[in-house]
Amino acid sequence: MASHLDTNVIPPSRQREAPRSGLTWIGQSIKRVEDPRILTGNGGYIDDLKMPGMAHAAMVSSPHAHARIVSIDTSKAKALPGVIGVYTGEDLAGVVDPCPSFASPPVPQHAMAMGKVRHVGEVVAAVVADDRYIAEDAAELIEVEWEVLPANVDIEASAAATGDALLHPDDRETNVALDESFSFGPVDDDFAAADRIVKRRLRWHRSSAQAIETSGVVAHYDAYKGGYTIHCNSNFYNFIPFVIGGSLRVSPGELRIVPVLTGGSFGSKVFSHKIIILTGGLSRLAGVPVKYIEDRLEHFTNSDSHGSDRLYDAELAVDKDGTFRSMRFTVMDDYGAYLQFGVGTHGNAMAQVTGPYTIGSFGMRVMAVLTNKCQQGPYRGFGSEVTNWVMERMVDAAADELDRDPVELREQNMIQPDAFPYMIPTGNIYDSGNFQKVLAEAKQMFDFDDWRAKAKAMRAEGRCVGIGLATCMERSVYGPTEWWSLNNKATPGFTLTSTPEGITARIDPSGKLFITLHSPMVGNSPETVVTQILAERLTVAPEDIVFNYSDSQTGFNGVGPQGSRFTAMIAGACVSASIKLEERLKRFGAHMLQRRPEDVELRNGMVAVRGLKDQEKSFAEIALTSSFFRLSFPDGEEFDSGLETTAVYDHPLSTDPDEDRKHLGIFYPIVGHICHIVAVEVDPGTGKVEMLDYAAVHDNGTIVNPRTLAGQVWGGTANGIGTTLSEQFHYNADGQFTNPNFAEFAMPTANEMPRNFNLGHVETPSPYTEYGIKGGGEGGRLGAPSALTSAIENALQDYGVKIAALPVTPPVLRGLIRDAEKIAAE
Amino acid sequence: MMKTAISFTVNGRTREAFVPPRMLLSDFIRHELELPGTHVGCEHGVCGSCNVIVDGKAVRSCLMFAVQADGSDITTVEGYSTDAGLHPIQQAFWEEHGLQCGFCTPGMLAAAKELLAANPDPSDEDIREAISGNLCRCTGYEFIINAIRSAGKAMREADIQNTLQPV
Ligand code: FES
Ligand code: FES
Repeated sequence: MASHLDTNVIPPSRQREAPRSGLTWIGQSIKRVEDPRILTGNGGYIDDLKMPGMAHAAMVSSPHAHARIVSIDTSKAKALPGVIGVYTGEDLAGVVDPCPSFASPPVPQHAMAMGKVRHVGEVVAAVVADDRYIAEDAAELIEVEWEVLPANVDIEASAAATGDALLHPDDRETNVALDESFSFGPVDDDFAAADRIVKRRLRWHRSSAQAIETSGVVAHYDAYKGGYTIHCNSNFYNFIPFVIGGSLRVSPGELRIVPVLTGGSFGSKVFSHKIIILTGGLSRLAGVPVKYIEDRLEHFTNSDSHGSDRLYDAELAVDKDGTFRSMRFTVMDDYGAYLQFGVGTHGNAMAQVTGPYTIGSFGMRVMAVLTNKCQQGPYRGFGSEVTNWVMERMVDAAADELDRDPVELREQNMIQPDAFPYMIPTGNIYDSGNFQKVLAEAKQMFDFDDWRAKAKAMRAEGRCVGIGLATCMERSVYGPTEWWSLNNKATPGFTLTSTPEGITARIDPSGKLFITLHSPMVGNSPETVVTQILAERLTVAPEDIVFNYSDSQTGFNGVGPQGSRFTAMIAGACVSASIKLEERLKRFGAHMLQRRPEDVELRNGMVAVRGLKDQEKSFAEIALTSSFFRLSFPDGEEFDSGLETTAVYDHPLSTDPDEDRKHLGIFYPIVGHICHIVAVEVDPGTGKVEMLDYAAVHDNGTIVNPRTLAGQVWGGTANGIGTTLSEQFHYNADGQFTNPNFAEFAMPTANEMPRNFNLGHVETPSPYTEYGIKGGGEGGRLGAPSALTSAIENALQDYGVKIAALPVTPPVLRGLIRDAEKIAAE
Repeated sequence: MMKTAISFTVNGRTREAFVPPRMLLSDFIRHELELPGTHVGCEHGVCGSCNVIVDGKAVRSCLMFAVQADGSDITTVEGYSTDAGLHPIQQAFWEEHGLQCGFCTPGMLAAAKELLAANPDPSDEDIREAISGNLCRCTGYEFIINAIRSAGKAMREADIQNTLQPV
């Protein structure tokens, strides 16, 4: 191990439930517990909620990318019958403070613009009215006078902007919000010693998750009734409600955030703080409950969830024999007008930036550039989907330059199965894995050698057929140092190190197990997963488990589904709760059976005497007796009534970043591995790509529910296909967002998906999590773009086309082919 | 605003209402009839999550005014299941994991119902074509296709006439 990592000591495992075969419920594809209510239309999404006296909000959004607000005339809107109130940014600022920011130093943002707007879609005024139709009518009557400022659209140009083109001139004299450099290990020495330096300029364009449900809030402020009650489809409501309370100028005691079923997130609804603060403030100003649901245009232009938008100048140092020595890059990221999470998406990428390969050192300069676009937020991969693609592009480029087989070159540099836990140059570890096995399985599933021969024959007939293979990492179970570890050491910000997940469990006198979750359901399967783990650990029947979701006042410590953490983390909380409940069940049960607690065990929902049949008490009997017959048990608080417990599970394996940032510590150690292989045919006349065959093998450790995991892989792969082939936000020179709708932002339909998709799994259990579970929520999107890009380049090898930017839409591909033909002709 | 009287059948029940002429059918179903199972994803006719069955056809309720439904027979997702249980298509979506967040699901179910009424034994390509006007961001579609295929099989085997009415 390189010496800069000496101080990064791997803590011992806290695993209590070892991975093992012969489990009853873990590993079964049980039907989802969540589904019946959703299938019958009673899911309870945010827009399904109605409150007595509820009014509706509509927004006036900026038509300009960058402009000063000279004046706003609301008189006509106010006069419209049915309008309760019309409010500007200044009005809102009378009841709320600026939005929280995790960037350090922060980039200030208001829920409604004040003084000037910084992107198309930014809200400048709001109407609260009896119904949404009236609210929208009134919004159209609001007249705003603008003084248009120069718009920043291009990353490099914005980084150099001055004067009126500065986005936040009161706070900084530049549009570069952060510019930091890092060297993890002897990068310069390794580059000096290498035989060859492979260089590429790579571009990853902006898109976003676009869940089919937009963000929405129903807020009610009542000073005499506990302050704010806010229903919303945010993922994060139980972790940092006090931060939102700060902006709403109330204590957490006067703020109750209530979760609802969420119609998809993929990261986009992780926090949603702006819409919560905006709608909350409007309710306080209007004095009535207010509903605000973004329409699709608002979700595209103003929901603070745009994905990565990066320009890389990357270099890979390789030896003649193909050994990878070091990698470094400069990356500029177009974060849009604000910087809510700092450069967390780059912190995230540091978890696996060197891929599955033995690379001794890594260096980076990262620049966060502000432009006149809606700001970034999380999208499935949270930045690591981009570095996976960069790594795989660089490996393909190296294979090209060294004239090596790209698959063999990967195998040559792959971390060996006996090298785990393996620490990468940034300090993160890969807890376990068998990348060779995943690769072998994928090749076999795909019939790789056969396909290569077939593709060659097809190319000989003049068809553009090619094969792409990618071997990528799938980090899971995030630690929060990723939010701040790349900040300047002098201003690290809020140096958070906790990401707990909790559960409350109670066995009621009928024997039902009531579970309260502290994180919402966003399309993942929290109830199903918890059912399987508790049924396993406590021997209860799945149908005896009942679910509830806490709100921000009754709940605690739920960070929620993000960073592929939920299943592994909630499993930990379930095991902790089970240990506590088991102890109480045994204590009460043993007393009822006139035995010692050591002599009894859990068996099929009973406390039973070890080795004896028929000597048992059901959980229901024990719960009933412990709840209602106190005098049947001895005095002493260990026999306090009832069977209830709360449990919290902390991140299983993390360490602090080094003070001098020689390394970033362990923060994302539970790693899965992915191999995607795809065969494509490109029509060189139209630029259309058809996927002929697709194999994906994922290693997510111990699998709780194979079918729901497969659903995640499929869905993530579909997102990755969209990212690669069709999805891009377009802006013109004035900063107008020209395709913010489902007709022009082309997400894959069933027709765009591959016809032959084969999915396989390898299970390398984690030595650190309960049962060896690893996360699997992001994998498809972490692997598909790399494999698909490779395949397209391979298919167009006779044209000499090189792909350095995504997406490769048909017009883009046509352009590349035309350019290549021009060069060939010269 | 002037309101217009309309009468129609929804999920087997005859109803009457006064509606403003500009009210979308999707809003009318969701907020006036209080049937929240019909979802609204884009309100510009692309995503299909607002699909309901009107007079035997799956239609975009966000592209129709409520007044246009005067005299129609409307079935929403709330009308699929009965006291006897889930509709076979719903059951198949449950068994085949045809939903994750469930937001696109009512529209998918409507598309599937329309398809299976016209073609009880569709090929996978028929199914793809039938749901190609419905966006799902969660599933990648494969399990939805499996669900519709298996619903068709279950309905053929049980000889269920898909009348586009509650079974
Ligand atoms: S909401 Fe009607 S098609 Fe999208
Ligand atoms: S299940 Fe979430 S959009 Fe289809």
